[in-house]
Amino acid sequence: MLKDITIGQYYKTDSMIHRLDPRVKLFGTLVYVVTLFLHKSPVSYVMSLLFLIAVIGISKVPVKFIVRGLKAVAVILVFSVGINIFFIPGEPLVKIGVLRISRAGIKTAVYLGSRLIMLVLGTSLLTFTTTPNELTDGLDKSLGFFNKIKIPVHEIAMMMSIALRFIPILTEELDKIMKAQTARGIDFESGGLLKRMKSMVPIIVPLFVAAVRRANDLALAMESRCYHGGQGRTKMKPLIYETRDFIAYLILLVFLAAMIYLGFFSPWR
Amino acid sequence: MSIRLEHVDYIYEDNSNQKNYALKDVNLEINPGEFIGIAGHTGSGKSTLIQHFNGLMQPTNGNVYFDGKNIYENDFDLRGLRGKVGICFQYPEHQLFEVTILDDVCFGPMNFGKTREEAEIIAKKALLDVGMSEEMLQKSPFELSGGQKRRVAIAGILAMEPEYFILDEPTAGLDPVGRGQILNLLKRLHETKKMTIIFVSHSMEDVASYVQRMIVMNHGEVLFDGDKREVFSHQKELEEVGLSVPFYRYLAEDLNQRGFTVSKDILTMEEAKEAILKVLRKKR
Repeated sequence: MLKDITIGQYYKTDSMIHRLDPRVKLFGTLVYVVTLFLHKSPVSYVMSLLFLIAVIGISKVPVKFIVRGLKAVAVILVFSVGINIFFIPGEPLVKIGVLRISRAGIKTAVYLGSRLIMLVLGTSLLTFTTTPNELTDGLDKSLGFFNKIKIPVHEIAMMMSIALRFIPILTEELDKIMKAQTARGIDFESGGLLKRMKSMVPIIVPLFVAAVRRANDLALAMESRCYHGGQGRTKMKPLIYETRDFIAYLILLVFLAAMIYLGFFSPWR
Repeated sequence: MSIRLEHVDYIYEDNSNQKNYALKDVNLEINPGEFIGIAGHTGSGKSTLIQHFNGLMQPTNGNVYFDGKNIYENDFDLRGLRGKVGICFQYPEHQLFEVTILDDVCFGPMNFGKTREEAEIIAKKALLDVGMSEEMLQKSPFELSGGQKRRVAIAGILAMEPEYFILDEPTAGLDPVGRGQILNLLKRLHETKKMTIIFVSHSMEDVASYVQRMIVMNHGEVLFDGDKREVFSHQKELEEVGLSVPFYRYLAEDLNQRGFTVSKDILTMEEAKEAILKVLRKKR
């Protein structure tokens, strides 16, 4: 179960997408997310899906690995789809007791569900193909203009990538602690809600201690290598655009334009 | 009465869907009253192996039997098994969570049905066994030093009064005094309480001076399993898989090369002392 948490993890392989400049990928993710919310017609959904499939194909990240990330959000997905199916008013198609399912409800639920799935898959692709370091650099550089209004972009980007890096570390830690407490006979299954919540204490406390310990170690390691924020920091591998990055930008802009057209001006709106 | 593993494989898939054997066709029988050391280089499957002894990990193929019963049969009491086979993981101090040391050690026995009063009596005894003093018991475990935390965590498993006590590198990161204390505790438990002890270790000297039987793992397979003297006689094979023989054996070899005919079949400091004195006495 813990292995299913793939959100924010990096998948190491060599592909066109992996080699792209992180700024392109950030822009691409932004474009993709924005266009997801321009959807009005089935045609735009199919377009988005095709785009996603194409990118996944090029990225060489195994589909199985990507889909595993969906399990983590399955609860939210089922919940929101369920709510929509049953509570959108309209002419009922099926009646089960007090529950009514309308045509409008099914339509909204399918749209919402596919939108959520594409959202999770599309955004997780960013971290699958971009190392935390690249991500920090990319954010740092593309949001650099915020520095002018005194927003510490570098620090925020660094915190974000550290947070991402900590997800696998902490899941591993959680796994170890759960095993250790299971070996000491902890009982998660029986008892009422309160008792079950209490049985989480032996897991939560060591996990917090571990998180603080890890953070402390990391801070120490960074300081002992003279890290002091973004000021005056030079890069070993500065980000430089290459031809492929411009091509990718072009493709993204065409995609964006097509989606805007489909959303606002086309006859299938 | 035993823990028996029959043709146990544990296969896991890595990120690129490659199948890896963490354990491969492992056949073992652990009998009550044994004192066993498990050795092997990093990633050889030692930790995976011990987690099969109490059903924390389920084998991909093969079966695990406790007292002749398959532990994955539906009516088997897996939780009860965990009370009888106590596992103390690597760096067990990271699992401490209670407000006081005594409470933490009481956690195990109370999970296995002891009342608070009974648990306290057992816990106090376990804490004294690992060398903690009475006045420490009401302290927070987070105030202790690393070595003390380790001992409290070990007491936490000990207080479950397991029949089989399994420890994964209990001495990792401890100073020589701390190591000695823990290993001597294990020896005492084995001798006085007839507890079955299994410990994973990287130190060939520790294994040589404490255990009777030794299991050597290599790439998920059992390479050697037998009396420690027999296992340590395979010096070349052990070195090939990234292990060694106890320091004293190398010492004996060295002495032999320098013209002292010391017996090479020595494993511990005591034996080395005897062997060397014997040669010296003859010289005089």
